Amino acid sequence: MLHDKDRIFTNLYGYQDWRLPAARMRGDWDDTKALLARGPDAIIDEIKASGLRGRGGAGFPTGMKWSFMPKESKDGRPSFLVVNADESEPGSCKDREIIRHDPHKLLEGALVAGFAMRARAAYIYIRGEYIREAETLQAAIDEAYAAGLIGKDACGSDYAFDIFMHRGGGAYICGEETAMIESLEGKKGQPRLKPPFPAGAGLYGCPTTVNNVESIAVAPTILRRGAAWFASFGRDNNKGTKLFQISGHVERPCVVEEAMSIPFRELIEKHCGGIRGGWNNLLAVIPGGSSVPLVPAEQIIDAPMDFDGMKELGSGLGTAGIIVMDKSTDIVRAIARLSYFYKHESCGQCTPCREGTGWMWRVMERLREGDAAIDEIDMLQQVTKQVEGHTICALGDAAAWPIQGLIRHFRPELERRIVERQRTYAEAAE
Amino acid sequence: MADRSPAPDTPELRQRWGGFAFTPANKAEADRAIARYPQGRQRSAIMPLLFIAQRQVGEELGTAGWLPLPVIEYVARYLDMPVVRALEVATFYFMYNLQPMGRHHVQVCGTTPCMLRGSDALFETCYRRGMKKGQVSADGLWSLTEVECMGNCATAPMAQIDDDNYEDLTPERLDAILDALAAGQRPKTGTQEPGRHTSEPAGGPTTLTAMVDANHDYRSEW
Repeated sequence: MLHDKDRIFTNLYGYQDWRLPAARMRGDWDDTKALLARGPDAIIDEIKASGLRGRGGAGFPTGMKWSFMPKESKDGRPSFLVVNADESEPGSCKDREIIRHDPHKLLEGALVAGFAMRARAAYIYIRGEYIREAETLQAAIDEAYAAGLIGKDACGSDYAFDIFMHRGGGAYICGEETAMIESLEGKKGQPRLKPPFPAGAGLYGCPTTVNNVESIAVAPTILRRGAAWFASFGRDNNKGTKLFQISGHVERPCVVEEAMSIPFRELIEKHCGGIRGGWNNLLAVIPGGSSVPLVPAEQIIDAPMDFDGMKELGSGLGTAGIIVMDKSTDIVRAIARLSYFYKHESCGQCTPCREGTGWMWRVMERLREGDAAIDEIDMLQQVTKQVEGHTICALGDAAAWPIQGLIRHFRPELERRIVERQRTYAEAAE
Repeated sequence: MADRSPAPDTPELRQRWGGFAFTPANKAEADRAIARYPQGRQRSAIMPLLFIAQRQVGEELGTAGWLPLPVIEYVARYLDMPVVRALEVATFYFMYNLQPMGRHHVQVCGTTPCMLRGSDALFETCYRRGMKKGQVSADGLWSLTEVECMGNCATAPMAQIDDDNYEDLTPERLDAILDALAAGQRPKTGTQEPGRHTSEPAGGPTTLTAMVDANHDYRSEW
């Protein structure tokens, strides 16, 4: 059980002011100079030791990611940190709470992380629809400059570091790191082929690391309290605390910071007042934002909510955006709506995704009504396999997985609708 | 892909918008945006500049903003970049409106987390007031768009109207908000659930209760 004193985002709900004086009273920007004085390598080692894995969905170890950046610039190119605040994954709503209620945690984290990877500046790419949130973030940046916390001599450390905000324009794909870099350069957000990886040639061809808001914002607290403290939460390989976002058919949806590996039942009982209609009414859960396959009720109820726990169930923790569905849900429609989402958000660059997402959505809409043949379910499954892994970025995979999860766990329901419709038509014909 | 194309290039459009230029205040804002990017990379500022231009168009018309072709061309010239590159950006990103808009832009989220919490009924509420997706209502008051997940899932269902979010909506609550907007008032933004502050569980937070009344510093308990 996580105590309040071990929660990182203490102003998560915005009961208190986000501005600098109040944030400082909560412990932000507290002798940041001393944190920087430890040196870049010591900071990276501490983050590595904490076991922090990226909070944006993929779960890549954050410290290791930082260590990929060049230690010195041999050709005069500067390095950049890009903070991914383009939170658009259906089910995810945590970065917004950090930005509007605890923006100084993010800014301090950006300085510490940028310093550790020897970056010249950070660009915070915030999704365009976060209009008020962007106003808050820009105001917080202005405050930090005015107080000398960032800029030419950041926190009196003699290190020059700028933080800029860039607003997106309503394209989910810009949450993909290379698409985000393209967008920052003023282009359509279409992902780049890798290699070269951003750590070698990213923004403006310079070494770049892209990190999620939450990964960056937890860094100063980890440094202050030590890697061992952070690593004392969660199972091996799944360390730390995490913002869980529970939406859908629970009694009281919310965003809450909890220890990693908390069992699903405990998370829901403690913070959400249980499933609407009781635990027997739970149908399925999408545990990590729309891109991961759904998990049927009986499998998830006692599972630990962490990267490995969800992987064992054939799904993923993703962003920990947990979409709960009770037995009143039209499960086929719920997934078909996600298919529409991916069709809408495909950037159009790779043919399997551009054409495949539309095709999959149209078939899903027919399956919703049962207006299909049984073997079309297999055809759909095959097409998802042809999209998955055959595109530049992971959007193709993300479009395929929810459908694969549906077929894996709810094939009888799909077949029932087809048979029922055929029977109705046969009766009508008689 | 989203199906998007710019409004037709007509003599009337040229006539109306051919002389478009930033106001002094917007020009200053545009130049500040350009200064955020390295020398020679001013093209990075295309997105903020298109936002500024869209807002200015809206202010001139007294509606939500949009981007006529001559305005996109102006922004491209301002950044010394090919018009087609600016047009690519304007058509790629969903938040740039490519058709004339109503006075208020009502964007109801229809993605699964909101759908599970009842967004269908919100669309019905909008339809009853004469709104149609992708169109301006007959009275010129509303443009309705079904948007994809807006990141308010814990306070679903939601709508973003102009620059503000309205969360925990029901048809009645949305109706009240739309009535208020139509009357020129500014309704309360954020969650509409009585007693709820933001994204904590309704009825009061289960964590961090000391923060509710005071700016509690937990460091002494570390």
